[in-house]
Amino acid sequence: MQSPHVDELTDALLAMDRVRASECMKSAVNGGPPLQGVETLVVPALDRIGEMWAEGGVALSQVYMSGRICEELVDQILPPASPSRKRQPRMAIAVLEDQHLLGKRIVYAILRASGYELEDYGAVELDTLVTRALDDDIELLLVSTLMLPAALRVADLVSALKEAGSDCRVVVGGAPFTLTEDLWKDVGAYAMGATATDAIELASAWRDDGGGQQ
Amino acid sequence: MTSATLSSLDNLLRTLEHREPERVPLILMLTMHGAKELGMELREYYARADCVAEGQLALQERYRHDVAVAFGYAAAEVEARGGDVVFRPNGPPVAGRPILSGPEDIRAMAQVDVQNTPCLARVLDSTRMLADAIGGQILIVGIVVSPFSAPVMQLGFEAYLDLLHSGDPAFDRLMEINQRFCIDWANAQLAAGANAICYFDPLSSTTMLPLEKLRDTGFPIARATIAEINGPAGIHLASGRVLPSVDDLATTGAAMIGVSALEDLSEVKAACGDRLAVLGNLNGIELARCSPEGAREMVRETIRKGAPGGGFLLSDNHGEIPYQVSDEVLRAVVEAGREYGRYPIREDL
Ligand code: B12
Repeated sequence: MQSPHVDELTDALLAMDRVRASECMKSAVNGGPPLQGVETLVVPALDRIGEMWAEGGVALSQVYMSGRICEELVDQILPPASPSRKRQPRMAIAVLEDQHLLGKRIVYAILRASGYELEDYGAVELDTLVTRALDDDIELLLVSTLMLPAALRVADLVSALKEAGSDCRVVVGGAPFTLTEDLWKDVGAYAMGATATDAIELASAWRDDGGGQQ
Repeated sequence: MTSATLSSLDNLLRTLEHREPERVPLILMLTMHGAKELGMELREYYARADCVAEGQLALQERYRHDVAVAFGYAAAEVEARGGDVVFRPNGPPVAGRPILSGPEDIRAMAQVDVQNTPCLARVLDSTRMLADAIGGQILIVGIVVSPFSAPVMQLGFEAYLDLLHSGDPAFDRLMEINQRFCIDWANAQLAAGANAICYFDPLSSTTMLPLEKLRDTGFPIARATIAEINGPAGIHLASGRVLPSVDDLATTGAAMIGVSALEDLSEVKAACGDRLAVLGNLNGIELARCSPEGAREMVRETIRKGAPGGGFLLSDNHGEIPYQVSDEVLRAVVEAGREYGRYPIREDL
């Protein structure tokens, strides 16, 4: 079910209007369970904005600001330590052998604004990423890339994780993948997100099938 | 009618006048492949002005295309201010940690002496060498990052977006300093022998920022900067979308625009009319993974959509062909470009 306030929140976010977004959230949650407010209001609004970006209708700065505003507002009603936050799948996000952090920041904000908690590994080299993902028993590993060599390096990540016996799902995103539809298949990723908000769907798909079949 | 009577440069100038030239100019932006020609690592290649010039000439010999570029990498603009550059063996170097961490750093910025800063002086040296070798025959293009886009490298993208939305006057100060640099840097390249400047300004794409914001920032900055560049300029949004802002981009003073592979070239061409020549829009990343046949097909489709009527240059959509694109694929692009790009363009293409 969607909250009747989705249009209003979408407009407020696109206008980068924090105050209006906050009021909108208050009236939607209205004493009910916060996570429900998040799922029926914040997720659909962010999702809509993400899709509009993929189609060229809104700008990346608006996706970024929407993510940031929602992350902040949701932290107020669902603090990081809240037991209602979603901790499954065990997720982490990283930038692999690249210097460009914005994509990761946006996806991280959007997932947290959707009630998820996840690890942020920062910008790391391959070996570190494999070790950390194995140590933390990560089930869904999100990798953001901007340069083509980084995108191609995902192939080595996927095989290293497989070799170590992990069935962690590697989900990729970032410009090289959005510019070339099938590149994610070339590198053996589990899936790719064309827009930051696709991460929400991928996480919830994991919850639906319990990370079952690859 | 005789065939191939125009020189590479004259043929190109004719298309920029929105007339049909003899053949579609082929602009292969090969900024890294010269290192392969010389069997060098990218890092040592970029460190030597003579090698970059030699690499460009070898590529010219191999592909007989219509451009030479002395450009090394965008991050040289932050290297010039003491920033780190991160080199990787199989792709372009990129800027390391941001050199500016806040408004105080912006206020403290000084001007850069473009002639006497090693990483920039090397590009000027390569440009002179190219001008000596092929000046007047083949287009030599100089490259600058716009004052408005450069802060992504100077501050980091997130901090720059925050600054842009903050209303802090440090933004204006940063634009002023960057604009002075950009003009000096462009004019130094022209004086060294470049024939034209490609002004890279992806932040002025609606992919990145909303149109209303760009009307207050990116577009007027482009207009003011390009006006002081002493030569013809093209504007390239590095595969950011152009269609929603063609009318604005047409007023920046640029004669040409680089088009994203995410857009329909016929639509862009129609929107530009005689105001802007179009450059594009082969998907460089796709070229890194497709077969020679796939590349031929891409070229055919691109020429079919872009070439009729002139005002069109065949190129990739980013302004730089990835290092991973093979010689085989590049040859296929060149051959298909020659075959399909002869004017008048075949109607059944
Ligand atoms: C703006 C821009 C520039 C600016 C600023 C660059 C920067 N960020 O530092 C300038 C002009 C400085 C520039 C320079 C260069 N650029 Co540039 N640039 C771009 C452009 C237009 C946008 C890049 C960007 O930062 N986007 C912001 C990020 C956050 O967007 P995004 O990756 O698309 O992410 C979105 C989604 O994909 C998703 N997402 C991201 N990660 C993930 C992860 C998951 C799991 C999920 C689900 C979703 C997701 O979330 C975001 C929002 O929806 C792109 C082309 C394009 N159309 O996108 C080229 C591009 C990134 N540039 C490219 C290159 C090569 C360069 C240079 C190396 C060129 C050179 N030789 O110098 C330099 C490097 C500069 C540096 N940092 O040192 C290439 C990289 C690919 C390649 N060919 O290797 C691109 C892709 C162009 C192309 N078509 O090839 N560039």
